[in-house]
Amino acid sequence: MRVKQVSVFVENHPGRLEAILKVLEEKQISIQALSISETAEFGIVRMILADPEKGHDALRQTGFTTRTDWILAAEMPDVPGGLLNNVAKPLSDAGVNLKYFYAYIEHAENKAMVVLKPDDIEKAEQVLKAKMA
Amino acid sequence: MMRSPELEKMPRAELEKLQLERLQEKVRYVYEKVPFYRRAFKEKGVTPDDIQTLADIRKLPFTIKLDFRDNYPYGLIAVPPEDIVRIHSSSGTTGKPIIAPYTRGDVDTWSEIMARTLATSGVTKDDVLQNAYGYGLFTGGLGFHYGAELLGASVIPTSGGNTKRQILLLQDLGTTVITCTPSYALIIAETARDMGIDIRESQLRLGVLGAEPWSEKMRQDIEERLGITAINIYGLTEIIGPGVSVECEHKNGMHIAEDHFLVEVIDPQTEEPVPYGQEGELVITTLTKEAQPVIRFRTRDIISLNPEPCECGRTMTRMSRVTGRSDDMIIVRGVNVFPSQIESVLLEVEGVEPHYQIVVDRQHGFKSDELEVWVEVSDQVFSDEMQKMEALEKKLRSEMDSVLGISARIKLVEPKTITRSEGKAKRVVDRSEL
Repeated sequence: MRVKQVSVFVENHPGRLEAILKVLEEKQISIQALSISETAEFGIVRMILADPEKGHDALRQTGFTTRTDWILAAEMPDVPGGLLNNVAKPLSDAGVNLKYFYAYIEHAENKAMVVLKPDDIEKAEQVLKAKMA
Repeated sequence: MMRSPELEKMPRAELEKLQLERLQEKVRYVYEKVPFYRRAFKEKGVTPDDIQTLADIRKLPFTIKLDFRDNYPYGLIAVPPEDIVRIHSSSGTTGKPIIAPYTRGDVDTWSEIMARTLATSGVTKDDVLQNAYGYGLFTGGLGFHYGAELLGASVIPTSGGNTKRQILLLQDLGTTVITCTPSYALIIAETARDMGIDIRESQLRLGVLGAEPWSEKMRQDIEERLGITAINIYGLTEIIGPGVSVECEHKNGMHIAEDHFLVEVIDPQTEEPVPYGQEGELVITTLTKEAQPVIRFRTRDIISLNPEPCECGRTMTRMSRVTGRSDDMIIVRGVNVFPSQIESVLLEVEGVEPHYQIVVDRQHGFKSDELEVWVEVSDQVFSDEMQKMEALEKKLRSEMDSVLGISARIKLVEPKTITRSEGKAKRVVDRSEL
């Protein structure tokens, strides 16, 4: 399924992640997943939020450069080989390349989740749908 | 059209003879009438008799903007105050205004210069000229007005602002020439579009634009959106107002009114003359002004001169667009760099906002071994993919390389990292201030 991800540009120095988290706390928006990709100078903070639009607007109003993108989320059983057999292998078999991905656990349902940005979102979505079915 | 071919096509030798005569006369004039100049000449150990050739002008002291402020309001005038018939002023960026007083003779000279300037740009007596430069203290409004009237054009003195009315008048009165700043020309284009009017279908054919730095890219944009030929004109309050130089129909450099203004181009650091074609600071001496003549005024504007004869037949030297301000110049590994050059690179890259800052190590004056340019990341260029962000960095770096001839370190920063000051942004900062 497609989910809306919120990305934020941050300079790579102490306190910047904290500043983002404070905004989200203040607006009472919970974070379902988070990943940071960084260089020595800056980073991209990517998040799956309970309310992406509200989070995006609040961060932008605070002065952050931020954007939202539709990316893919896939679930799999939280067992050894779950990621390999349910996501990684089917996509690689279909020739889909991943620009980035990160994973999180849904405790309540005992499921592992992965969010990913493929180079071909339509194709990746079909592959994963077929796998789930 | 040439208004005064005998002057505009004058052989260089004759023109230089005329310049020398006028220079000698003017130097003697200020020496006798303006205590400020007499003092400055004495400090340099020079008298009017030392000016025997045009090159001798280098013996004279420079006049700088600060001299105008220090001698505000009437310390630089050479005539009794009652001989002044008009006073213009420019606000400048800080402190006291700079005043520009004119005698009856100055107003006539200026009007003639502006009539010739407008003719050079392509205006004729049959044109309907809408003058959207501000009327009032600013030299633009009345400077263009008097010149255009003397030329015989029909002048509509709209002044600046009230853009919708400007557009209605432009349509109804069949305006053929608009005179305004380049940025206002774009505002007119945008406003017309919002009103559902296509200016390209009007009678408008020519724009004489100046009073602020602009680029070739902006010219193309204006020409396309308004369906006109856009001509660049240059001038400054300290010297006379508009009319120092203007492009002819070939749009390849602005012809300087050299019978009225003697120009030099110097290296802003060493104050030595630079060769033709090389960029440096423009220095102007007025040859005919009466009320407030100026000797070797350092304009701070960075230009280059082209002495080659122009296709139009004029012998008057051409100057390039103003490419920077010498106040802002920094030297990186021996190469002169202007913030405006960096800005032009940034503007070329789609979506990059011109919010940038140049970080130098000022311990050694303006010299620096490394050029670091901070660029704010706008929503337009921000990507969730690291690869794209790195590609942006790389693109900016290679563009800087090719334009500046030196490598710059690009640092992408969060919005508003760069201090916004009132009006003008501070472009160059010392590392120790960070």
